[in-house]
Amino acid sequence: MIDWIAIFSNAAQELISPTTAAYALAALGLAIHFGYTGLLNFGQAGFMALGAYGYAISVLQFGWPVWAGILLGIGAAIVFALILGIPTLRLRADYLAIVTIAAAEILRLMFTTNTFEAVTGSANGLNGFRGFLSALNPIPAGTYGFGPFQYNEYDWFIRIIAWAVVALGVLFVWLIMRSPWGRVIKGIREDEDAVRSLGKNVYSYKMQSLILGGVLGALAGWLFILPRAVVPANYQTSLTFFIYAILLLGGAATVLGPVIGSMIFWVLLSFFSGFIARAVEAGWFPFMTQVQAGQLRFILVGVAIMLIVIFRPQGILGNKKELAFVK
Amino acid sequence: MAEAGSTGGGTEEYEYFFLGNVKYDDKPLKGVEITVEGGGFEASMKTDAEGKWRIGVPEKGEYKISLDEETLPKGVVVAEGKSTITAEFGLTKLKAVNFFLGEGQRTSSDLGAQLLVRVVNGLNFGLLLALAAIGLSLIFGTTGLSNFAHAEMVTFGALMVLSFGVDLAMPLWLAIGIALVLSAALGWGLDAAIWKPLRRRGVGLIPLMIVSIGLSLAIRYTYQFFYGGATRQLPGATLPADIRLGPISLSWVDIASMVTSVVVLLAVAYFLLRTRIGKATRAVSDNASLAAASGIDVDRVIRIVWVLGALLAGLSGILWAYFRPGVSWDMGFQILLLIFAAVTLGGLGTAFGALVGSLIVGLFVEISTLWLPSDMKYVGALIVLILVLLFRPQGILGRRERIG
Repeated sequence: MIDWIAIFSNAAQELISPTTAAYALAALGLAIHFGYTGLLNFGQAGFMALGAYGYAISVLQFGWPVWAGILLGIGAAIVFALILGIPTLRLRADYLAIVTIAAAEILRLMFTTNTFEAVTGSANGLNGFRGFLSALNPIPAGTYGFGPFQYNEYDWFIRIIAWAVVALGVLFVWLIMRSPWGRVIKGIREDEDAVRSLGKNVYSYKMQSLILGGVLGALAGWLFILPRAVVPANYQTSLTFFIYAILLLGGAATVLGPVIGSMIFWVLLSFFSGFIARAVEAGWFPFMTQVQAGQLRFILVGVAIMLIVIFRPQGILGNKKELAFVK
Repeated sequence: MAEAGSTGGGTEEYEYFFLGNVKYDDKPLKGVEITVEGGGFEASMKTDAEGKWRIGVPEKGEYKISLDEETLPKGVVVAEGKSTITAEFGLTKLKAVNFFLGEGQRTSSDLGAQLLVRVVNGLNFGLLLALAAIGLSLIFGTTGLSNFAHAEMVTFGALMVLSFGVDLAMPLWLAIGIALVLSAALGWGLDAAIWKPLRRRGVGLIPLMIVSIGLSLAIRYTYQFFYGGATRQLPGATLPADIRLGPISLSWVDIASMVTSVVVLLAVAYFLLRTRIGKATRAVSDNASLAAASGIDVDRVIRIVWVLGALLAGLSGILWAYFRPGVSWDMGFQILLLIFAAVTLGGLGTAFGALVGSLIVGLFVEISTLWLPSDMKYVGALIVLILVLLFRPQGILGRRERIG
């Protein structure tokens, strides 16, 4: 018999998990790029990798404090955005797409290669940086919570940090998008030439947008590694595609869309894989093995991306008038 | 931390271990001798049938670990200067040490000869990339779509040969024939089921591109669902490279692969330059509305381009399966970025640009392994892509107004 309680409680845990928060923040960064500015950044995985490695390398190898590690990740993301933006922001949108996807792969291959193993840990990645953050934990040791949300002090600490960062990010994006700066950014998305004819430096605005979204991506990368190790295989192109799925699900040009999208995405994904795995175990699908059940969810994500783009391109929260892709 | 299945070699006495896995091309190498030396301690062992080794050492410290190249199979070498690695323990009691193995001749250290070998390999790789890149470029030219699912069309050809040639044990020529027909049918089916209806709805180019990303994910994991994650070989993929031309040793498959690519590419060139439909294709690629106004059936041309693109991609996948060698569910995705790089380098939407771009990418990837470690060989090609966009954004054969 299927253990429905376990499936539901696992799915409910995804609501507040740090991974959900990390994807939400990364999608928020992408909302600045894609939803508000119309930039096709396919390298969000690269920005996340920089945030993660910047932190892990600086606390583990350089012995820096936690705040300096986060700053290094952010700094690396800014430099990365500049390198990507300078050659491509003047070109057509799909050039930026190809360059960002290539640059994110370059980063992943550099983190994977054995050549820099002493610093990056190559394919095994880096681990053992948890102690640096848990030393700052003000919550006394013990298990807290109710229902499915029972965690120890470290798990609560990283959940609080993660969602606090997401909340600040949402507030920040909401504020800048209703400022004059945000109006110019949205104008660039709608009609670049019109904005240029008003005397605005479109190139510079696009660059600022690329940097801001990239910094959010780097912070998301840091949140992503709080509960796990840094492993280069996590930063493949499919990570970027998943974040796109979340963004499109929630609504590309919305502030809360990425957060809601991430929650729905992870709860549904966890529910679906939990259900399929247990149904296979119970013999409901005799033609399927456990391993195949795990792959089914990726097929589902792919199909979901196609269906959303075709049938509800504005996402759950979006406004059809404010479509990210007008052209 | 003594795990089950430890392989002896003094593992029981000590608390700290070095361990590793000697593999070449995903196949474990047995009987390779590994020696650990340091602090007056020395121990050595041979790798087991799974290519694994594990050596215990008395104290945490710095050790020199070396691999005896003489015990490697013929034609496999350790990357230059890397047969001895200095390693020390991090926060754990285990430390993984892996040696970097590559294909090569220990005997010839002559740079010119090595370069020649790499050039031939690079041409072979570039030609098979070109088959896929021309299809991608034609599709981009006629419909404006950057088709991320092209990688899955590449994989499709190889998987079909695997199904018919290995699982159903048909003769290879028949299996390849069926695979090519099915590839063409896949192109027809994708256009009929997805792309044509979307064009009719007037969906924009960027949503189309995202649809192709979703499609790529869905198809790729469907392959993994049915074929599993393992890498399997096509018949004849492990033929010995016994045809020697100077320093170059090739197998019949390599030669057949290159000849096939050249013949097919010439046929495509003839099709584009001399036939009516080929000319119509170039006209649509240049300006679809004008072509439609002069009586060309644009939808029909696009359908033909999809069929041709999928056919070429399927063929490219079969050749890629022999070049790697091996068939796996994500083999097309592994070269997708190189195909995009080739198309962009040559100039988006130009068929002959894609050919030039592919040859450059293929040669660059192979030649760069003379200096770069081979797990970074794609990095060089991708950096070249970014540099070309910086200085000549329209690509090598592209025209300036195309970049808008």
